Amino acid sequence: MLTCKKAIGEISNYLDGDLDVELKQVLEVHLGKCHHCHAVLDTTRKTIELYCDGKLFSLPDDVRTRLHEALRRKLQRT
Amino acid sequence: MSDSFRATLAKDEAALVTEAKAGSYAAFEELVNRYEKKIYRLGMNITGSPEDAEDVLQETFLKAFEHLPEFREDARFYTWIVRIAVNEALMKLRKRRASKEVPVEDSEDDEGAVTVREFADWKPNPEQQMARAELENILQNAIRALPPSFRTVFYLRDVEDLSTEETAELLNLSVGAVKARLFRARLRLREDLSKVFKRG
Repeated sequence: MLTCKKAIGEISNYLDGDLDVELKQVLEVHLGKCHHCHAVLDTTRKTIELYCDGKLFSLPDDVRTRLHEALRRKLQRT
Repeated sequence: MSDSFRATLAKDEAALVTEAKAGSYAAFEELVNRYEKKIYRLGMNITGSPEDAEDVLQETFLKAFEHLPEFREDARFYTWIVRIAVNEALMKLRKRRASKEVPVEDSEDDEGAVTVREFADWKPNPEQQMARAELENILQNAIRALPPSFRTVFYLRDVEDLSTEETAELLNLSVGAVKARLFRARLRLREDLSKVFKRG
């Protein structure tokens, strides 16, 4: 038997495929029965997906321009 | 990305590095064009500050340019500049910590309970139900609210897709510490996002 606290503590390792076979099976049985823990698993997975797809923090044009100017100055000095 | 596409990209990258090492600035600039967005994003994710991220971006490519002759071509150029960029970003954090600009919660340890309060399912495809800018704002605020040590691990593992071992080596942490921080980072981001995306 796995408590919800223990199950949630293993969700991150589960997503990374880092659990041994026995614990993985026990966790999957728990996830099949416990809607709360299943929701935590699903929404953690979705959280990771949002950040992977997010393309957060686009490079502003002025920052890019200053980078290339700094590189050209460096090139001229060498 | 498929393995064949990755291989093609890596091959082009290797050719550009060879040309850049032979003195072609155009080849170096092409490498910069290819990776500048990712390095800026890395700087923003780790430092959380536009000024620091710009410094990280410039220092990374200036150092790469300066040390290019020492770069061993059996390694991937991108992996090499990520390493430089992470070190630059961590130096920024250390400086801010020394000047006490980094919040105290950065000293949060890897043990202790993680509180989960949100157990609800999310609305389906929340990213399609709001404007892109609004979604980005929510994601940016959530990651900025994490302690720097947590968001650094999260970014390297989940966004950059580095392995646990690579992340541990880069940050001079144990594998266990990387896993513990990743777990906490994921759960805390999920908790924050759940407040916005939950059903009902």
